[in-house]
Amino acid sequence: MLIKDGTIALDSLPSVTAYASAAGKMESEGPLGKCFDFTTQDNTLGEVSWEKSESKLQQIAFTTALSKGGFSQKDIDVMFAGDLLNQCVSSSSGAKDTNIPFVGLFGACSTMAESLALAGIFVDSKAANNAAAVTSSHFCSAERQFRFPVNYGGQRTPTAQWTATAAGCAIVSSHCKPPYIRSVTIGKINDMGVTDANNMGAAMAEAAYDTISRHLANTAQQVSDFDLILTGDLGQVGSDMLKELFKRDGVDISAVHNDCGLMLYDREKQDVHAGGSGCGCSASVLCGCILKQIEQRTLKNVLFAATGALMSPTINQQGESIPGISHAVQLSAQ
Amino acid sequence: MEMFMEYFWAFVIGGAFCLVGQLLIDLTKLTPARILVAYVVAGVVLGGCGVYEPIVEFAGAGATVPLTGFGYALAEGVKKAVAEDGLLGAFTGGFTAGAAGLTAAVVFGIIVALCFKRGDKTS
Amino acid sequence: MKMTNAEYDKLTKKASPNTKLYLTLPKAFVIGGLICCLGQALFNLYSYWGLNEMNARSVTSITLIFFSAFLTGFGLYDKIAKHGGAGTLVPITGFANSVVAPALEFKTEGFVLGTAAKMFIIAGPVIVYGIAASVIYGIILYLFQLM
Repeated sequence: MLIKDGTIALDSLPSVTAYASAAGKMESEGPLGKCFDFTTQDNTLGEVSWEKSESKLQQIAFTTALSKGGFSQKDIDVMFAGDLLNQCVSSSSGAKDTNIPFVGLFGACSTMAESLALAGIFVDSKAANNAAAVTSSHFCSAERQFRFPVNYGGQRTPTAQWTATAAGCAIVSSHCKPPYIRSVTIGKINDMGVTDANNMGAAMAEAAYDTISRHLANTAQQVSDFDLILTGDLGQVGSDMLKELFKRDGVDISAVHNDCGLMLYDREKQDVHAGGSGCGCSASVLCGCILKQIEQRTLKNVLFAATGALMSPTINQQGESIPGISHAVQLSAQ
Repeated sequence: MEMFMEYFWAFVIGGAFCLVGQLLIDLTKLTPARILVAYVVAGVVLGGCGVYEPIVEFAGAGATVPLTGFGYALAEGVKKAVAEDGLLGAFTGGFTAGAAGLTAAVVFGIIVALCFKRGDKTS
Repeated sequence: MKMTNAEYDKLTKKASPNTKLYLTLPKAFVIGGLICCLGQALFNLYSYWGLNEMNARSVTSITLIFFSAFLTGFGLYDKIAKHGGAGTLVPITGFANSVVAPALEFKTEGFVLGTAAKMFIIAGPVIVYGIAASVIYGIILYLFQLM
């Protein structure tokens, strides 16, 4: 049911009945390395191209989630999938053998929240019994599309973020067990004129602020009602800015705020500069670690606000700024 | 001693060219590709004005190895070709002087593409 | 509270750490300087072997490009460049790296449309404007000769 201004309450409280995560080598060596269902030391995953490797990672996350939930493919009524690549190729080629109704999404790094929100809305409105939300990213496939060839010797700026090689999948079904999806807030495009493609955190912080504050206002909740407000991949720069933006409203979120981009890697040891990014970053953190904690009730009320910098190299070269977006999904243990 | 000074100045002058490049990367919004273009064009202009030649004589590889040296080589090539062939030389001199470097980059590029596995910074 | 773009830009600048110049500058200087010293050593060697100055310089370039190409192939050049910055960008080895890296990266798209077509995706502008500048210089020289 629409509350207002993009916030939708899912009155039937759909459940995330199964979830799985898959991660690459660097991610498996990070602080959350033990949380993932699947890790690999070979980021090619035996495939001939990086696009195929990413596809495979996404397939692994999806099939692992199916088997963890005891589902077979025909139980899934619709699949929402996305990634960073042009035409969402990792998702569509990953899904071509599934025979599941497919919706491809692009929300840059916000795709996990976007797909999870849509899966929740579909189940809540009885458009689907079981809906899957799947996203992935791969460092090498993103690098060659958005930046430089992998072996090119460029220096990354301190504000640059590291695209995660990871995937996550969540399957949403009708109300049965936690985590429940309580409400979602659909993001708006926020463009504050940031043109630096190496500072995605700055391009996304305003979007996260806008979506989180709208969600709180529209659902009449306070920051203190949450155990965790988890932003997508703002990294260090964007996280600092988000806190600063809330501070101007007299709200302190630092006690409950964390960021997937800061959680996935050990920033000092792994040399990822401002933190992780990419659809797979928030997907693997959510599906590898957060959903489990909600299911076990160590976390009771979580606002998952994944953020995306909708960066197009083409219009960026034309001098246009980078629009940001953030979608929020409220997950709770009861 | 003379031998040592030769390396010393190659190091200092070559390092200085790189230092200026690093300042441009860190303090301006110039992308590496733009900086390289600026270096090559600067090399042609300085070579053309006759400013670069004394630097080459003084610093040797410290002046020829940075990309300004490539620009200088292009200018030198054009100068020679124009003296021999007139206006035609303006069109042939540059590529003639740059031929060794360009061909080497193309050939080794192909060989490496054929022989090596694509890179993976993540494992 | 809604911010203006200018205020937001200020906030961005405040939150964004600056590059540590005290690290990047010395590293660029030293690594760049060492590559030039290697060039000098090669030049002296080729001169010793009897090549004239022009040829010795060309063969030095070819050798440096060869080293850079294979370091790129082994995935080592970008590891050095992470520290070297402009020290590995500005020497001819950086030019070679910018040709070889896309040649290797895009071979998954085939040897014609990948390796060959994308080879100069980074280095192309250097050649275009280097050659363009040299032609302008040549025409000016020619006009001076006529006068």
